[in-house]
Amino acid sequence: MLRYLIPLAIFVVLVVFLAIGLGRDPHEVPSPLINKPAPTFRLPQLKDPAKTFSAEEMRGKVWVLNVWASWCITCRDEHPLLLEYAKSGVLPIYGLNYKDNRDDALAWLNELGDPYVLSAADLDGRVAIDYGVYGAPETYLIDKAGTIRFKQIGPVTPDVWSQKILPLAQELNREAGK
Amino acid sequence: MSHARILLSCILLGLFVVLVTGKDAQPNGDDPAIEKRLHKLSQELRCLVCQNETLADSQAGLAEDLRREIREQMKAGKSDEEIVNFLTQRYGQFILYRPQVTPTTYLLWFGPFVLLAAGLVFLFRYIKQRRDQIEERPLTEAERKIAEDLLQSE
Repeated sequence: MLRYLIPLAIFVVLVVFLAIGLGRDPHEVPSPLINKPAPTFRLPQLKDPAKTFSAEEMRGKVWVLNVWASWCITCRDEHPLLLEYAKSGVLPIYGLNYKDNRDDALAWLNELGDPYVLSAADLDGRVAIDYGVYGAPETYLIDKAGTIRFKQIGPVTPDVWSQKILPLAQELNREAGK
Repeated sequence: MSHARILLSCILLGLFVVLVTGKDAQPNGDDPAIEKRLHKLSQELRCLVCQNETLADSQAGLAEDLRREIREQMKAGKSDEEIVNFLTQRYGQFILYRPQVTPTTYLLWFGPFVLLAAGLVFLFRYIKQRRDQIEERPLTEAERKIAEDLLQSE
């Protein structure tokens, strides 16, 4: 009996591992930036390049940084959801316009609507490197102390928003501002 | 045309395409020493966009940006180790084709050897068990005689 059970057990374990492996998205690489301070930057704003935006200005607030570009097809899919989230007013959403052309980016916002409080223009993608961006859209949840608490690679789906980002943001909002 | 000929032409055409297009991304710096270092280092690094390509081979926009970043850091006098640290702090160990030996990568590094050892132990025990099953019995006098007769009669 045992001589059949042992290979069966090994086979089952193997199948379970393979099933988990198949179900995973190989593009989702765990970010080493979780629970690390959000990299600092100062970038010109997309709509008014004379003004700048810096991550430090957001100290004391829980906020969302969404990396987007007009050339990014998945961003277009994600966009209506971002508009909806922004409208609900629970969390301020800031944009990081990644390796884009200013005119294209502005046209995109005009056409589809602008969910962002403002967008910072990272035209050469240098700040994105600091944030470990490798595929737009990517979304970061940053707490009052300026620490990255959550990162979504790929579009923020309604599930991710309502089950991960919102509960975590509410918890973070209850924390005393540092 | 025979099948063999068609097959041969296909292979040759395929080779031609590989030879024509299979080049690394073109370096665009001016300092050959730095370009050489960059090429060597970026072959150890994974492009996160097309994950099975090295940073040296990839034509993806991000790979280009990262090569630019590495080139600039090299020009600024950073060592390879500092640059690799810079990248792993942002993109994680995944960017390294040869991840560092840390508790999270023990399984990756030593797992195959553990499996090999387990396999060897299993093999030796199995062989030993089989050997124990064979009972050695000396020939009886009658059997020995039959064997000798057989051998002598050719």
